[in-house]
Amino acid sequence: MSITLTAAQWFELFTHFASLSLLAVGGAITTAPDMQRFLVVEKGWLDAEQFSNCIALAQAAPGPNILFVPLLGWTIGLNAAGGLGAGWYGLGLAMLGVFLSMLGIMLPSSILTFTASRWGHRNRELRAVRAFKQGMAPLVIALLVATGWILAANHKADTHHLALWAVTALSTLLVWKTKIHLLWLLGAGALAGWMGWI
Amino acid sequence: MPPSPTTTPSPTPRAAPRSKTDLFISFSLLALQGFGGVLAVAQRELVDRKQWLTAEEFVEDWAVAQILPGPNVVNLSLMLGDRYFGWRGALAGVAGMLSFPLVLVLVLAAAFAGVADNPQAQGALRGMGAVAAGLIIAAGLRLVPALKSNVMGLGACLALMAATFVAVALLRVPLIWVLLGLGGLGCIWAYRCLGHLAAQKEAS
Repeated sequence: MSITLTAAQWFELFTHFASLSLLAVGGAITTAPDMQRFLVVEKGWLDAEQFSNCIALAQAAPGPNILFVPLLGWTIGLNAAGGLGAGWYGLGLAMLGVFLSMLGIMLPSSILTFTASRWGHRNRELRAVRAFKQGMAPLVIALLVATGWILAANHKADTHHLALWAVTALSTLLVWKTKIHLLWLLGAGALAGWMGWI
Repeated sequence: MPPSPTTTPSPTPRAAPRSKTDLFISFSLLALQGFGGVLAVAQRELVDRKQWLTAEEFVEDWAVAQILPGPNVVNLSLMLGDRYFGWRGALAGVAGMLSFPLVLVLVLAAAFAGVADNPQAQGALRGMGAVAAGLIIAAGLRLVPALKSNVMGLGACLALMAATFVAVALLRVPLIWVLLGLGGLGCIWAYRCLGHLAAQKEAS
């Protein structure tokens, strides 16, 4: 897809990630539903399939799951340039997207963590600290489940809709109840998709 | 790994990163092993192999890394780096956790862009996406038992969970309102419950 982004909109991309950074209690993945709402539904800077692809690629690669965020920036940058075919210009805009999204999502939370972790460590028996931990715990868990739900619901209706839901349900069950290595599951999913089964 | 020379003779031998470079490399290697999440690898590397932390310290630091906003493992590397080498150590830890994986994931994305029009490649990614959705749901479900020890009680926790899920996944309410509303409610409720608990303990 192809879009145009003004400087103000690039800034908006940065500020959206920066504001979510401080809301990302329980990891950046818990803010994925809000990123999807803003970037895909509200702004239309990338489509639902590209959004899901970013998370799938980041999950398939090693490293922290947060890396789906620079991938979102990368994809939006490429969309703004009209694709990798745009050459250095496309690569430049993609790297601008990577830089702005990564800086936005990392900087506020890292500064807060840096200053608050010592304080929190010293005061971990404090009633307010414990209340925050325990009061937020159910939300953190629900946000993870909601993220998975929204990703599963992203599938286009004209593809093998039910089969994809079944794969999601099966992988949920296997990860939940067994100790099977995640790579086997991702590999099996890739194979099933490659063969056109789902 | 050879024991650090300064700690060998002391009664409580204590391993620690030797330098900021050691921190950077250790966290890089740790991150590069972490497919689908780094937590399990972090525990194995930092506690069992390097012994920079005891299991108890790891759990405590992990809890702090988790309640603060931001990616948990990155927060953990930031906190540990800061403890050993100040803000420079924090930077080294975070850089280690992110640099190589970021390059890798961008290479993957560029490689995928080259075959993005190929229906098989699209299918493969669609399949992985469906699996990844399941991985994330399962990660949430595996944390539910931890709510049993929550001071609010399992019932209130499940109600908060359900309300959060409906608001975010089905009604698509912006996250900030959910965290301020339902999160605020949870914190106030937990604060009350902790107060009751303390009063009960005093009475008995």
